[in-house]
Amino acid sequence: MPELSGIGVGRGIAAGPVARMSPPPPAPADEASERSAAAETERVQKAVAEVAAELEARGRTAGGMARDVLEAQAMMAQDPTLHEAVATRLQAGKTGEYAVHEAFAEFRATLEELGGYLGERASDLSDVSQRVIASLRGLPAPGVPDPGHPFILVAEDLAPADTALLNLDQVQALVTIQGGPTSHTAILAREKSITAIVGVAEAASLTEGQQVIVDAGAGAVITEPTQEQLDEAQARRAAHAAQAEAPITPGALADGTAVPLLANLGSAKSTEKAVALGAEGVGLFRTEFLFLSADEAPSVEEQREAYQSVLEAFPGQKVVVRALDAGADKPLSFLNDAPEENPALGLRGLRALMANEQILRDQLTALAQAQESTEADVWVMAPMVSTVEEAEAFTALAKEHGLATAGVMVEVPSIALMADELLSRTDFASIGTNDLTQYTMAADRLLGSVASLQDPWHPAVLRLIREVGAAGIASGKPVGVCGEAAADPLLAVVLVGLGVNTLSMSPAALAEVRAELKLHTLEQARGIAAAALTAATAGQARETAQQAAQDAVQDTVQPAVPH
Amino acid sequence: MSSTRTVTVASSQGLHARPAKLFVEAAQASGAQVSIAKGEKSVNAASILGVLSLGVERDDQVQLTAEGENEEQTLDSLEQFLTTDHDEAS
Repeated sequence: MPELSGIGVGRGIAAGPVARMSPPPPAPADEASERSAAAETERVQKAVAEVAAELEARGRTAGGMARDVLEAQAMMAQDPTLHEAVATRLQAGKTGEYAVHEAFAEFRATLEELGGYLGERASDLSDVSQRVIASLRGLPAPGVPDPGHPFILVAEDLAPADTALLNLDQVQALVTIQGGPTSHTAILAREKSITAIVGVAEAASLTEGQQVIVDAGAGAVITEPTQEQLDEAQARRAAHAAQAEAPITPGALADGTAVPLLANLGSAKSTEKAVALGAEGVGLFRTEFLFLSADEAPSVEEQREAYQSVLEAFPGQKVVVRALDAGADKPLSFLNDAPEENPALGLRGLRALMANEQILRDQLTALAQAQESTEADVWVMAPMVSTVEEAEAFTALAKEHGLATAGVMVEVPSIALMADELLSRTDFASIGTNDLTQYTMAADRLLGSVASLQDPWHPAVLRLIREVGAAGIASGKPVGVCGEAAADPLLAVVLVGLGVNTLSMSPAALAEVRAELKLHTLEQARGIAAAALTAATAGQARETAQQAAQDAVQDTVQPAVPH
Repeated sequence: MSSTRTVTVASSQGLHARPAKLFVEAAQASGAQVSIAKGEKSVNAASILGVLSLGVERDDQVQLTAEGENEEQTLDSLEQFLTTDHDEAS
């Protein structure tokens, strides 16, 4: 059975014909046209009309916000000011392709100079320009295809805007050639519950219209499926859909061991969805949104309001707020925007906060005030901690401001290895698996060329988590995970087996993780984790855990009956 | 024949995004030759790129100029558009 492998996102499965995303056409060269200006004008007008009609038709199908975006793009294509700029170039003897390319680029530059919202529209304009050029050359339109029937989208990688606009009635699954488990495509696919496999190097060989099965749980694209396989995929798809509809219950293992399932939130706006999907609190509330677009640190009052609106949604439940995580990796003028050669290794996270203690003090003050006026159980934690002293200093400062529960994120191998010393000085640990993987593997998580190393299944990462889990059990202090690893259902079971008490993830992943936890007892989870730890590579760890989980489930479903 | 009037923009998003698109549609539908200016810069009101490039924010003053038949009527309806907050309505 021919099979291509990659890294599956979630456990979804889908079957259908492949439709490939076309790359943008190469930029046209500045050559003299062999046609008359009038003939070029006619070609351009026809191409523009085609592109505008296509964008409008897509807008009508998409509806909602996407409709406005697409209709605005259609208007840009037909813009009279732009047509004057194109006409001038055609009169000068340029080709239609080059005239369109240059005129659009000029407007793009103007919009970019204006910055902000308009700067963002600049990429819409490039998209329109590329569509017109593709049409002039008789090439398929770049971007997400629209064959008019459900399909499996195969792409080199997807821009966030492409992923956001995907029509989920048509796109059954996503297969990308590039990308790792923490690439933005994987994160967005998980957030929107799209069946996806990323990093399938051989997907370049898939052809338009070819029937495939995309099995995210197995990380496999099956290229010549039999009818039997197609039927099985269909049955599993239906079972998976039923799972998403299953009643929302608190996270627990098969033997009743509670594993609270919490949400990762990046703004106050997303709280409602998290509550609806059954989040039992917030395991990671990122406060960066208040700071990232600001020229100066937000006031205590502004911060208090924002924190309060999140805390109000979770009365009596835990909300873990992470202190500002910015600095060298996310530069802010009032924190640290000095250029560094290796920003991931620089003055960032708690290091930057300690260098600007007033910003941290203001944040803790605002949080303590928000806590006063709500009933949530507020926890606070520091990002990017690498020493026990840092953990001690942060914990003391949080207590000084009246915050009862203070802890730190375990994202650096040094602090994972010191977990016992760490937990004797602070109240809890929360493992950030994305950064922990980055630092363990010495692989920049934003760099595509080393994306394959960014795999939280790597046994080195699992061994570090084992240290933290064991220290948690020994000290009786809670250990959570709030990285992408918690959203991978099988890895979630492994984490619990390693001693993790709570899992925090993007709300869309809650249903799948909830369902998977229910399949295993604590003893089985420990067994699956132990099996994964015996592996030598990330791939082997994943396979070994899969095998151990399957065996455990079969034992549970069909208990050995003595004859 | 042309006439001009000064209008204060009420839309909380200024003339960005959806309000800009709706304004350009209204200007196109009027059939008149309409321009919109902020400060020194004047653009064709039927051009979304022109309108966006003005960077009109809420409470900015803009000058509308219309040429053609029914120019007063065109200016009335465009003024009404600009003095309504379309984000509140949607």
